Amino acid sequence: MFDTLVAGLIHGNAYALVAVGISLIFGVTHVANFAHGSVFAIGSMTGWWLIAERGWPLWLAIVGVLVVTGVIGLVLNVVAVRPLSKAPPIAALLATVAAALILDNVAQLVFGARVRAFPPALPTNNLQLGGVRFGTSDLVMFGVTIAVMGALAAFLKFGRAGQAIRATAQDPEAALQMGIPVPRIQNLAFVIASALGGLAGVFVGMYTSNISPSSGAAAGLTAFVAATLGGLGSMVGAVLGGFVLGIAEAFGISFWGDGVRDLITFGVLIIVLVLRPGGLLGRSPTITTEPLTGTFNAVGRAIRLKRWQVWLAVAVAAVVIPLLADNYTLTVGSQVAIYAIVAVSMTLISGSAGQITLGQAGPIAVGAYTAAILTAINGWSFWPALLLAGVVSAVVATVLTAPAWRLRGHYVAIATLGIGTVCVAVIRNWDSLTRGAYGISGIPAPSLFGFQIDDAVGLYLLALVVLLITIAVISRIRSSHLGTVLSAVGSDEIAARSAGVRARDYKALAFSVSAFFAGIAGALLAQQYTYIDPTVFNLPMSLLALTIIVLGGMSSPVGAVLGSIVLVGLPELLRITPDVRIIAYGVLLLLILRFRPQGLWVRSAAKRTDPENLSPDGQEPPSEGDSSRLATTLQDDRPVGASS
Amino acid sequence: MTNTAPLLELSGIEVRYGAALALQDVSLTIRPGEIVSLLGGNASGKSTTMKTILGLVTPKAGTVALDGADITRLSTPKRIAAGIASVPEARRVFPQMTVAENLLTGAYTRRDRQQIAGDVERMYTHFPRLAQRRRQDAGTLSGGEQQMLAFARALMSKPRLICMDEPTMGLSPLFVDKVLDEIARLNAEFGIAVLMVEQQAELALSIAHRGYVLATGRLVLSGDAAELLANPAVQEAYLGRAG
Repeated sequence: MFDTLVAGLIHGNAYALVAVGISLIFGVTHVANFAHGSVFAIGSMTGWWLIAERGWPLWLAIVGVLVVTGVIGLVLNVVAVRPLSKAPPIAALLATVAAALILDNVAQLVFGARVRAFPPALPTNNLQLGGVRFGTSDLVMFGVTIAVMGALAAFLKFGRAGQAIRATAQDPEAALQMGIPVPRIQNLAFVIASALGGLAGVFVGMYTSNISPSSGAAAGLTAFVAATLGGLGSMVGAVLGGFVLGIAEAFGISFWGDGVRDLITFGVLIIVLVLRPGGLLGRSPTITTEPLTGTFNAVGRAIRLKRWQVWLAVAVAAVVIPLLADNYTLTVGSQVAIYAIVAVSMTLISGSAGQITLGQAGPIAVGAYTAAILTAINGWSFWPALLLAGVVSAVVATVLTAPAWRLRGHYVAIATLGIGTVCVAVIRNWDSLTRGAYGISGIPAPSLFGFQIDDAVGLYLLALVVLLITIAVISRIRSSHLGTVLSAVGSDEIAARSAGVRARDYKALAFSVSAFFAGIAGALLAQQYTYIDPTVFNLPMSLLALTIIVLGGMSSPVGAVLGSIVLVGLPELLRITPDVRIIAYGVLLLLILRFRPQGLWVRSAAKRTDPENLSPDGQEPPSEGDSSRLATTLQDDRPVGASS
Repeated sequence: MTNTAPLLELSGIEVRYGAALALQDVSLTIRPGEIVSLLGGNASGKSTTMKTILGLVTPKAGTVALDGADITRLSTPKRIAAGIASVPEARRVFPQMTVAENLLTGAYTRRDRQQIAGDVERMYTHFPRLAQRRRQDAGTLSGGEQQMLAFARALMSKPRLICMDEPTMGLSPLFVDKVLDEIARLNAEFGIAVLMVEQQAELALSIAHRGYVLATGRLVLSGDAAELLANPAVQEAYLGRAG
């Protein structure tokens, strides 16, 4: 009991340090920095390297880590975040996701992917209080954390730069007009936050003694939940959230085992977002000033292929490739088609309804497991299982996301991330149904009219046919009245709502439809792998799906297919190793966000002829909200408006 | 006063937002210690002119000069340090910072650290209401008090020119008069030049020395305040009186 509390406090300690950084950055730049966990992991690894490999004393190693992570924070802001300060806020969020992919995998290349033993820098077991053993190490961690938090609080309250940070957080444009150099202040916030993250990395290394470069994603997400729990932007809230979460996890794990960690973390997240989206200490009204999600698709328009081009593409895919390609290429082709199914249906959420989903691996996993359980365990035939995989996935996703649609902006993205993780966590823990971490093997091949579809050509053609059906259905929806309504919700939710459109319901509908197809894709994936376990459906899978549609242009089904070919097919055929491949995804995503936010295969808006959809200067219509004020002030007294 | 060298001079300013022309060939001067009123209807380019002076937008053509030195390419913080201060539209005080902290943000660009505390006290003497509320968050102040805070915050940078974007907007009629009196008093006591964007032309001209009238991004009229008030075109367009 008491030692569980101590374990909770120590974890909470580290979460608090990381969460404070996330909150600080969110406060000053209004960017949910998903790369923060990666900085934490690099802090861990740098600490290990300096102490274990270079023999530095602990204090000097900590100084080294602060410098390294501080510099990374600075670079992160200058390269990934600041250039997008005038783009819709979700662009900067995606840029930090890309930066996280790059940082994680660069760290793997630099430090090696394996788990390292963090050297015991201080005694860990030499003290005793009330029957609980602990060490100098724990005391030092606590003391340093409290001192650092105190120093940070004093700096923000009394320091000249600290006050400038607060002013910038509250109103960046007014701060600039007071002569505060806002970009430099944002740099400073990134440096401080990242150094705190690095420090937390060293501390977690000292506590758990096992560290790896891939620990960042989990730590970052947990701290993110802690910051949201406390109220994004609130420092005290982040500390409180960190400790509450650390203690909740420690007790959960001591009752139900280690597997429930994600369930608790993201359960807390969903509950907070539903009940009190502003967090414990955040002001609830922050949710109403949250910038509209706004994707980038307003800038471009989907390309449409001519009829003969469509037939040519289908003929090549369905006839030429099966005749010419070897089995390996065909397997890659199936993968491309399966991811394309996911991506094409996601254009309905991202391109039409204007929402971002960071958790599409969740519905894919639900579909894969539904099909696997029905066919491999219950002996169903493939076809009803395939259909039911889609239906179950749609139902689960609809129920889970129902509360999320009253949220906006970053919060929707964070909620979808949580939902994706919760799906997989439930699958991992529901042993009796899903066989938990062991996974399900021996998934039988589908048969059609008595023929087994078990070779590469058969599976490829199956995936291709499903893809063509998906494209047909999604294109039909997009050109229907429903598609028009979805676009209205996506491009200006407030206007759509004032025209009587129930925006929430339509967003939920778009998400259900895309979850249905994600479930189908999951079933095909299970069929192809013949073995699945929960680790397949991880965050990189969700991010890959998202990168595909960002690359293809959020609103373009054709672009989604091309994106899938480039991001799934090419790296496989070129036999690029996974870590280099993921770095390449990250770099590509960053470059697209910065230089071609409308996607690669989209006509630019300049050629648009429909005047009512075009703002006078061809830019996106100004969005509401604090962080975009800088951008919108440049647009708010257009002389063209005088004609009205 | 008419013959002194200009404090601020815009010449041939052109601003575009994308393809749209926001300002075209706008030239104006502000002399030391003068209240200049910038008039015009919606979207006439008043705010853009203000943003050009503050460095929030970059003109495609033309120059901005302060004391004869070209500042067209200078960043906003550097312009604030050089003596231009801003009272932003809708006041924009920092709501979750105390009155005292808000005043300190106004002094961010100053290098004479020792004098700042004394200047804060001077503001309290000048605006006694703020002295009473110095430890209160600015967000809890009334609209009129926030406007006083926005003035005091701007004064903390020791400016020679204050740009005010619609200082009476959203205030009760009672406070509108108070704010205008205050602007006249700041101008008289501190000798600070004021450039004021205002929708209510008659009010603005009642305290201004001179005025400029903008329409669809061009200067259409300029002159002494009294002249403009008497001008039939101004009366018709902005004062609602039949010519």
